[in-house]
Amino acid sequence: MSGKCYVARSSKIAARMMGNEMMIMLAPESTLFTLNEVGSVIFNAADGTTPLEEIVAERVCSEFDVEFDVALKDAEHIVKELAGHGVLLVSDKPINPPLAFAQVAR
Amino acid sequence: MSHLVEEMSAKALKLGIPLSVQLDLTYRCNERCVHCYLDHEDHGEMTTSEIKNLLDQLAEAGVFFLTLSGGEILMRKDFFEILEYARLRAFCVKLKTNAVLIREKEAARMRDLGVESIQISIYSHRPEVHDAITKMPGSLKRSIRAIRFLRSEGLHVTMANVLMLQNIQDYPGVRALGAELGVEVTIDPTITPRMDGDRSLLDLNIDQVALERVFREEGLVESAGESCAPPTGPDEDALNMLPCSAGHTACYVSPYGDVYPCVQFPLPSGNVRQMKFVDIWRDSPQLNEVRAITLRDMPSCSKCAHGGTCTRCPGLAFMEGNMRGPSTQDCEKSFARTGIPSVNLMSKKSAVAGLVQIQSVPAMATAASA
Repeated sequence: MSGKCYVARSSKIAARMMGNEMMIMLAPESTLFTLNEVGSVIFNAADGTTPLEEIVAERVCSEFDVEFDVALKDAEHIVKELAGHGVLLVSDKPINPPLAFAQVAR
Repeated sequence: MSHLVEEMSAKALKLGIPLSVQLDLTYRCNERCVHCYLDHEDHGEMTTSEIKNLLDQLAEAGVFFLTLSGGEILMRKDFFEILEYARLRAFCVKLKTNAVLIREKEAARMRDLGVESIQISIYSHRPEVHDAITKMPGSLKRSIRAIRFLRSEGLHVTMANVLMLQNIQDYPGVRALGAELGVEVTIDPTITPRMDGDRSLLDLNIDQVALERVFREEGLVESAGESCAPPTGPDEDALNMLPCSAGHTACYVSPYGDVYPCVQFPLPSGNVRQMKFVDIWRDSPQLNEVRAITLRDMPSCSKCAHGGTCTRCPGLAFMEGNMRGPSTQDCEKSFARTGIPSVNLMSKKSAVAGLVQIQSVPAMATAASA
């Protein structure tokens, strides 16, 4: 991913934190999967207005002992995979509601 | 249940999280089904803002699977406002409805809001049977039309076929209808007592012979050979087993804010108009009592050969008078599956036999003839 990348949670999914994992259900396929701690942090921070680089620098690197470049590469990989499933929306411009959830509990 | 859902359920149990909640939005209904256990009068339903506040609390408590049911959910004018709010709070929403009020517009809205699945009650493929059960002329036609609208929007629909005396011959026709419409069909051979305890509805239950036939029907049960195999009795693991998710990872909230372990388990455990949901969930003495019960604590079931494999519903047992006791309806199902009577059925049989013997005591006969 080159340039600024904005990510937002899709409004088509259901999601809830359970312990340190995020449960996600894709409707209407009824596909359930979970995100690990790092994936959950990125997912929770995906508000459509914060660039991915900023999410990695301020959320991932501050919570996990990881170099920025390594974390960004991993984050880009996770984002690409989640976008492929329709869980996240990705754009080079900020993404506004109502395309994305305004809030996710817990 | 998928492996991941099982894993999530186990984690929720460990963390004390109410993974699934059924919220009945109303008991009002446009149908009057002969087997319905509800009182359809409105005795003070929660307002829109009360329900939104409750949804905030449920999300905060960690609820993921939210089933909106009734009554008929679309009898509430604010239904879509509630559904939209629930989806904004990221619940995985399932709906239970008779669907007669769903047309193109409603189906499209449900799709837009990302509803996970919709369960629709269909009693027969024949209008004269279905409509006689719902007491609403034209209801089958309208429900089927709604299913077509929902399917055309790509939504996941299930037809729930409750079996009773009136429609026991029709489940093959309902399954064929499901195949034609491209939807899954579930069969439920259990009529439950009314929530006020009235057990007269149980007379509508199908008889033992029909029950046996249902349990042996190819395609209705996953593995008839396995489920109909003779039980081996509960082992140590089974004795420590929890009866079901009611009160453990699931609960039910009525339109009046009453919290129960399950919709079929009418043990009042608190009211969200008086207390925070999470406080009821964590501290209700009633829910904690339900949570403390394992198979080992059930005097009759722990000694029963079916103990480890029975589908015993603790709510039905509660309505029968003892939440640690057997549920006779489930004993009858175990008997129908395997041909082996449960401890409970055996004791009922001996009690009846005992009464006959008393009538034949010579002294009484003498007294009667005198």
